[in-house]
Amino acid sequence: MAGTGDAHLRQGDEILLRVEDLVVEFPAGRKGRVHAVSGVSFDVAEGETLGLVGESGCGKSTTARALIQMPRPTGGSVWYNSQDLATMSAGEMREVRPDLQMIFQDPISSLNPRRKVYEIVSEGLSVWGNKQGAFTEGRVDELIEAVGLDPRVAREKRPHEYSGGQCQRISVARALVLDPRVIICDEPVSALDVSVQAQVLNMLEDMKERYGLTLLFISHDLSVVKNISDRVMVMYLGKICEIGDGDLIFDSPSHPYTNALLGAVPDPDNPYTDTAELLEGELPSPINPPSGCRFHTRCAYAQDVCRTDEPQIQQVSDGDHWVACHFPVQRETETQVEVAEKPAPKAPAAPPADSVDDSAFAALKAHRETNLR
Amino acid sequence: MSRADSEPLLEVTDYKVGFKTERGMAKAVDGVSFTLPRGSTLGIVGESGSGKSVLNRSIMGLVASRAQVETGRVKFNGIEIANTDRQAFWGTKMSMIFQDPMTSLNPVMRVGRQIGEPLRQHLGMSRAEAKERAIELMTSVGIPSPAQRIKQYPHELSGGMRQRVMIAIALAGEPELLVADEPTTALDVTVQKFILDLLGDLQANRHMAMTLITHDLGVARGRTDEIMVMYSGRVMEQAPTDDLFSNMRHPYTAALLDSSPKLSHAKHTRLRPIPGAPPDIVAPPPGCRFAARCRYAQARCLVEDPETRIMSGNHKFACHFPVGTDQGAEALANNVATGHTAAGLKISPEGVLV
Amino acid sequence: MTDILNDATPDPTTARAEASATDEAGFVRKKTLGFGFWLSISWLVLISLAAFLSQFDWFVELLSLDGEEEKIKDDSGFLIAEAPSWGHLMGTDTLARDVFSRTIYAARVSLVVGFSAIVIGMSVGGFFGILAGYFRGVIDAVVSFIFVCLLSFPALVLALLIVSVVDRSLVTIAGTLGILSIAPIGMLSRAATLQVAERDFVLAAKTIGAKNARIMAREILPNVIIPMAALALLGMAVAIVAEAGLAILGLSVPQGVTWGKLIAAGAFGNDLKDSPWISFGPIIMLFLTVLSLNYAGDRIREYFDVKEISL
Repeated sequence: MAGTGDAHLRQGDEILLRVEDLVVEFPAGRKGRVHAVSGVSFDVAEGETLGLVGESGCGKSTTARALIQMPRPTGGSVWYNSQDLATMSAGEMREVRPDLQMIFQDPISSLNPRRKVYEIVSEGLSVWGNKQGAFTEGRVDELIEAVGLDPRVAREKRPHEYSGGQCQRISVARALVLDPRVIICDEPVSALDVSVQAQVLNMLEDMKERYGLTLLFISHDLSVVKNISDRVMVMYLGKICEIGDGDLIFDSPSHPYTNALLGAVPDPDNPYTDTAELLEGELPSPINPPSGCRFHTRCAYAQDVCRTDEPQIQQVSDGDHWVACHFPVQRETETQVEVAEKPAPKAPAAPPADSVDDSAFAALKAHRETNLR
Repeated sequence: MSRADSEPLLEVTDYKVGFKTERGMAKAVDGVSFTLPRGSTLGIVGESGSGKSVLNRSIMGLVASRAQVETGRVKFNGIEIANTDRQAFWGTKMSMIFQDPMTSLNPVMRVGRQIGEPLRQHLGMSRAEAKERAIELMTSVGIPSPAQRIKQYPHELSGGMRQRVMIAIALAGEPELLVADEPTTALDVTVQKFILDLLGDLQANRHMAMTLITHDLGVARGRTDEIMVMYSGRVMEQAPTDDLFSNMRHPYTAALLDSSPKLSHAKHTRLRPIPGAPPDIVAPPPGCRFAARCRYAQARCLVEDPETRIMSGNHKFACHFPVGTDQGAEALANNVATGHTAAGLKISPEGVLV
Repeated sequence: MTDILNDATPDPTTARAEASATDEAGFVRKKTLGFGFWLSISWLVLISLAAFLSQFDWFVELLSLDGEEEKIKDDSGFLIAEAPSWGHLMGTDTLARDVFSRTIYAARVSLVVGFSAIVIGMSVGGFFGILAGYFRGVIDAVVSFIFVCLLSFPALVLALLIVSVVDRSLVTIAGTLGILSIAPIGMLSRAATLQVAERDFVLAAKTIGAKNARIMAREILPNVIIPMAALALLGMAVAIVAEAGLAILGLSVPQGVTWGKLIAAGAFGNDLKDSPWISFGPIIMLFLTVLSLNYAGDRIREYFDVKEISL
């Protein structure tokens, strides 16, 4: 599975953000470097919601932060308004910041506990003043109301006097004060109760419509991502597995990892449980990622080529659906696709030098198969 | 041990746990009753503030503060244990695993030694015996290369592995009851599936009873024999798992299930959150606790606390106008007609709270 | 569309609007700064006020502080010390001077020394600590190294050194004690900054486009100043006692009175045995002031520690 390849990138005026070959690495003491993101490319069109999904260590949060140069990525370009953010100076980047806002996972930690909520929300206003004439104090009141809170109360209270869901609303209001074009949502509902999640998600959709936003929504929760996204990008260990229109991906997931993810969702009506593959092995270390396709150590379909060659992103059928895999999975559909079926049981691929011994795991699996509930 | 299998392992009757606060008694658990047969799994589902964690920790005897007050009866193996010192039970009769494996494991002790502790303490094993058994345990929870991993520290392991270590520690003393408090909430979804499967296997092998606490109905489904839905310290609905899903009765259970996005729905489906927030546990409102947020709410719900009723097949619920009944349908139709519930929430013509 | 929620009441089971603590009876009480705290503050304000006002004649007359009444003489006409009485609340010393009034005068110097120490400590130490914790990297390495050096110096030796080499003026002594408090306060502010800087709201401020100076002043400082203030109060107590120590060694300011000097003077020869009140007056003042500072500092730390809530 690769990140390399840009066949899936689109052209056109409506493309707001275009990330090319993003690389984020950082040193890890004597052990080498952590390859958090290794060559990821994608684009976001105006008014679209791109869902970034993957499990821990896949690099989705790192990608989002690298996008707004926080910190600057190790390599690659981030095109916004025909400028490459990655090559801008800090001062130039600062000018662009109001357009690219962010909300965070932990609602409490994202608000300064010592400041009043109203102040927090109007911070953007205080920083930029009335420069563009679009910022007025009335706007702060309007936004606080728009996210469902009372501005008069907000003038007196501090964040700890609000609940988690309310704190997330405050974060959204803070982001909106600067009239951004893009809001990056870094797991904004993961720390909330289910019923509150739904409230916040609905609110985000409302805000998106009302203020004409473009969203980059990061989550590990596939149901949430499916609900809120137009397009979806699945990541694993710093690379893209699959990207494209949400409907297409969820209708016929192509990458074995996407399949595994979907099958694992504990939804009472999960339609993917039949096709789900149990993932083998453990997540490899990002300091020494597997060669070739990074997913090959855990893939039921892996062949020799998967170990040596990194798969390029290729189109699946005719629509906006792209996958980086040598042997993409195909479900039963009418259209003819030339992809390999699941190969006959093979000798286990020799694991990379520092992967784990799977014999215990295999024993457990065998044990489970003989002890079906 | 020739205890009859028919005698339940755990029998909880009208159990209440309160905390003294300056405003009065905070009733975190307000009258919960259930039985747990040997070897079976009870799923306890609720959101934060429902009391599910307090319930289980109190049953275990893990008292968080001196302000805690326990009333009611808890019988473990026929012995009354409420308000007693349950330290002797920990590790041997009942064990608990927690949500965050990072904070539940001792960061400065090697993993092997942490697993060995209960072995040496409760089962009186020697150092060598404990080490061997620890390796066995690690294998049974699916940790690869256990002989090497024994010497590692928790931070060297992934979240899923740490959780497995915690399970190994919990099972080392061969408990009869395992309390799993949101064991997979902090884990990735594929790891979650593995851990839940693992717990199921281990339980079946050891004929161990388990309470699985979670906020996710989906997690409870398919992995539990019975589910108990809690809200504001009370049990709203309790039924064998399949029965709960096919004959859902309580509006809260239905609303909870309804409020999360589903893989089977199309994108941009408008979600149905439960508006408002849980009531004050120090001074709860009269009548049904959920009435303020319920789309079926009638005037009666605001004043009269519903009693628990039992339907066939051991299905209990506490509601005046349950889902799937004539009364319930009438109540909903009523509200739709007037445009609002008895608690003042606006309701759309389709019956959705706005 | 979303309605305006009633956000006057947060989710009661997870949010804690007031800090609370469990006391002996197992009852949870609302935590306040407490009667003791306000008592300490009152004392400190009182003593500072008295010290400040003692420079004005009208105040002196008001309290008859300058001992205009007749000085007590013994039969041979020598001035003697007198035990505490209504006329002289703390008695008189061997030169028949009123101990109480001298103690009030002495408060000036002692308090000034204490204040300067924390002012210097908080401003210099706090400032560099925040810089080090916020920017990390080279700045942190350099600042931390300086802090460590300062801490490694035995405080008393440094004080003696400076005081002997430079001069024994008030400025020098206050300055020295100030320098000595830079490192402890600085390291604390650095540690607190490190914790605060990694939280999301600091990142949020950056994404909004706030400049570093603004972030440090508006986001970091309000969070760091409380632990710093708590430590500073304790530091002030230390500084005052340190000055007393210097005085007993004979190294305090040459003119004027300080508590240390008064204590030292009262311990001269047989005076401690014959007329102990000469030392005791200032000792009690010193004790009460230091106790108030310590207690207030501790209460602040405890009270502000539990403002965070968890989900």
